[in-house]
Amino acid sequence: MSDAESTLEDQGVLGAVWDHDAVKLTALVGAIFGIYVLGGVLLDFGMRQQLNSIAQLAFLIGVFAMLALALNLHWGYTGLFNIGVIGFMAIGIYTTAVLSKGASLTEPSAGTTGGFGLPLWVGIIGGVVAAALFGGLVALPALRLRADYFAIVTVGISEIVRFTLLESTFQQGQVFGYWVGLGGGSGLILDFDPTERLLGALGLLEPYTASVERIGIRLGIGANPKPVFDTLLYGLILLVFLVGFYVLLQRLGNSPYGRVLKAIREDEEATKSLGKDTNRFKIKAFMIGCGLMGLGGILFYAAQGAITPSAFRPRITFFVWIALIIGGAGSNTGSVVGGAVFAAFLFRGPLFFKNIVQETFQVNAVDTFAAAAAPLASANPIPLVVYTIDSMDQLQLVIMGLVLIYLMHNRPEGALGHRKEAASPIQLRNRRDRETDPSTATDGGQRGVDDE
Amino acid sequence: MAAKEVSTMSDTTANDSPVETNAPGADVEIDEAESQDSAVEKAAKHTPRAVPLRVEGLRKKFGGILAVDDASFEVEAGSLTGLIGPNGAGKSTTFNCVTGVHHPTAGQIYFQGEDITGLAPNQVANRGLVRTFQIARELEEMTVLENMLLAPKGQRGESLLRSVLPGLRGSVIKQEKEVLEKCWEMLEFFEIDHLAHEYAGNLSGGQRKLLELARALLTDPTMLLLDEPFAGVNPTLEDRLLEHIHDLRDDGYTFLIVEHDMDLIMQNCERVIVMHQGRVLTEGEPEAVKSNEEVIEAYLGGDVE
Repeated sequence: MSDAESTLEDQGVLGAVWDHDAVKLTALVGAIFGIYVLGGVLLDFGMRQQLNSIAQLAFLIGVFAMLALALNLHWGYTGLFNIGVIGFMAIGIYTTAVLSKGASLTEPSAGTTGGFGLPLWVGIIGGVVAAALFGGLVALPALRLRADYFAIVTVGISEIVRFTLLESTFQQGQVFGYWVGLGGGSGLILDFDPTERLLGALGLLEPYTASVERIGIRLGIGANPKPVFDTLLYGLILLVFLVGFYVLLQRLGNSPYGRVLKAIREDEEATKSLGKDTNRFKIKAFMIGCGLMGLGGILFYAAQGAITPSAFRPRITFFVWIALIIGGAGSNTGSVVGGAVFAAFLFRGPLFFKNIVQETFQVNAVDTFAAAAAPLASANPIPLVVYTIDSMDQLQLVIMGLVLIYLMHNRPEGALGHRKEAASPIQLRNRRDRETDPSTATDGGQRGVDDE
Repeated sequence: MAAKEVSTMSDTTANDSPVETNAPGADVEIDEAESQDSAVEKAAKHTPRAVPLRVEGLRKKFGGILAVDDASFEVEAGSLTGLIGPNGAGKSTTFNCVTGVHHPTAGQIYFQGEDITGLAPNQVANRGLVRTFQIARELEEMTVLENMLLAPKGQRGESLLRSVLPGLRGSVIKQEKEVLEKCWEMLEFFEIDHLAHEYAGNLSGGQRKLLELARALLTDPTMLLLDEPFAGVNPTLEDRLLEHIHDLRDDGYTFLIVEHDMDLIMQNCERVIVMHQGRVLTEGEPEAVKSNEEVIEAYLGGDVE
C-alpha cells in the first residue's frame, strides 16, 4: 500500500499507470497497428485490404508472442536450451486434427483421411496434453544432459516428429473402427473452422453472420464481407489467448516456483544444495512449456484449412528464438515485445515495405541480378535498389540474420533483458515497510530501532 | 540485537541440542577405536544424537585414484570442528560424499542417527545438513534478496498449481511476506542488507561468502558444512565472518569447516580432524594435533625429524 502511494507521489497518476507492463505492451501493440494503418493509407488501401492487413498482423503478433513466451519459460527461466519448438507445435496441431476431424467409418477415398469426430475443444485440449506428455517423455532422458547436448536432442526430436508425420505407415489406418491417420506427405485437410465453432458454441453464429453483412455494407467492404471479419475475429481471439499466456506465465514466474526455475538456470548444483529437487522442477517446467507450444501450434495452423509436414521444418523454431532474443530472455514482458516486434518488422515488415515502395514509385524491377547491377557502371544505382526491394521475399531471412548479428554484438540481453524482475508474488522494490515509513526511516539507524 | 533475531529463528535447534547432549556420548568414543562391521552397525543404531555427523570407513575412488581411503570421523553437536590437510588430502571429496554430490565407493554416513549414504544433495540438505561451496556459488543474475528468498524450506508457492491458481495464491502471498521478513532479518544480521537489490554477481568475493552463509542459514539447518569459507576474503571481512560463525555456534548450530589456514583453524576450532592422502591422520584438540609428529610431517613434507 505504501508502495503504491509512493509511486503516486513520485510520478503522478499517469506515471503510475505507465508503470504497469501490461499498459506498455498494449501501447506497443497499438503503435504497431497504427504504423500499419498508416502504411495502408499510404498504399491507398480500401477498407477491405486495411482490415485484412490488420487481421493478419494481429494473427502474427499473437502466435509469435505466444511462442516466445512459452520458449521463455524454457530458456529464459529454466535455462533449458530447446531448439525443437516446431516439433511440439506439430504434435499439438496434428493431435487436434486427428481428434476433431470428421469421423469416417468406411475407408475414405484416396488422398483424404478421417478423424475421430470429437468436438474441437476436446481436440485442442487433447493436442495440448499430447504436446506436454511428449515433452515429459523427451525430458526424462534428456534433462540429464548439459545445455548444449540437450539442444541437440530437442532439434533431433523435432525432426523425428516431422519424418514420422511424413511416414506412409501412419498415413491411414483403422483405430476402434475409425479410419484415421497422419496423412503422410500430403498432410491433413482441417475440415473445421475454429472461429465458426467458437461462435456456434456461444450461440452467436446467427447474429454474427447477420451483423457482419450489415457492417460490411456500411463500411463499404463490398460483396462477401464474412471472410474478412472471420480473419479479424480470429486475430482478436489470438490476442485474447496471448493475454492468457502472459497472465499465466507472469503468475508462474513471479512466484517461489519461478524463483526456483531461475535458480536452476543460474546454478543447478547450488540450488540442489539448498534442498530443492531440481529435476522435478525442470520436468514440470519443460512439460508446461511444451504444452503451451502445442497450443501455439494449434492456434497457428487451425484456421489454415490444411497442414502438411513440410510446414514443420525447424525454420519456425528459429523465428521464435529470434523473437525471444529481440525481446530479452528472462522477461515475459520482453518476450511479448520481441514477438510483436519480430512479427511486425522482421516477418511481415519487409514485404509490406516492398509493397509501399513499389506502389509509391510505380517501378518495375528487372529480372536478373546482372541486369540490375550493370547500370552501376554508369553510376546509376536505382535499378539495383529496385531489384533488391523486389527480392525482399528472399532477403527476409538475410535481414533477420543481420539483425541477429547486430543484437548479439550490441545488445545480447535483448530489449528488456537488463531489467531486474525479481521473482516474487509481492513487490520487492522497496525496503521494508517500517523503513519506508517516514517516522522511523533514519538512515543507518535500523539496527538501533530493533534494540529495546 | 540482530543475533537475537536469528536465535529466535533457530529456536528449535537451540532447544534440541541441550536435550541431545544428555545422552551419553562416552560409548561412542570407546567404539570408535576398533570398529568391525557389526559393531559399526550397532553403533549406528545407537548413535547418540549428540553426534549429528558420523562418517564410517568412507572410501571414494575416481578411476584408479583413491581420493578418500577409509576415512572415519565424527562431529559433535554444537561444536566448531575443523577439517584440515594438505592439498589432495581428500577434504573436498569427503565433503562431496557427505553432501551427496558424489556417491561413496564404500562406507557409511550417518546424520542424526540416520543413514544418509547415497542420498541426493537436495535430500541431504532437507535433513538439515547444508553446505556452502569453496568458490561461492551465488546465483549471479538474481538479486541478493532473491537469493535469500529462494532458500527457506517448505514454501507453499513452490507448488506450481498454488502459485498459479487464483484461489490458492493468497496463501502463497501470505507466506511470502513472512519469508521476506526473515530474509531481511538475516541480511541485517550479516550486514549486507544495503545490497539487497543488487545482482548477486556484482558482489565482492567476501560479500558472496557472507551471502552464501546467510542463504544456507535460511534453510534452517542443524549443521553447516563450510568449504573454505575464508578463501579470498580480506582480513576485516574474515574477522566478521568468524564472529558470525561463533555467534551462530552459540545459538546451537554445528559447524564443520574445511580450511587450509592452519592458524585460523587452531585458534577457532575446539576439535580438529587432520586428513592426509585420503586417510584421517589424527583428530583431537588443536594443541594435541599441533604437536603431533605425523601432522607436522604431512604438512612440511617429512623432512622434519
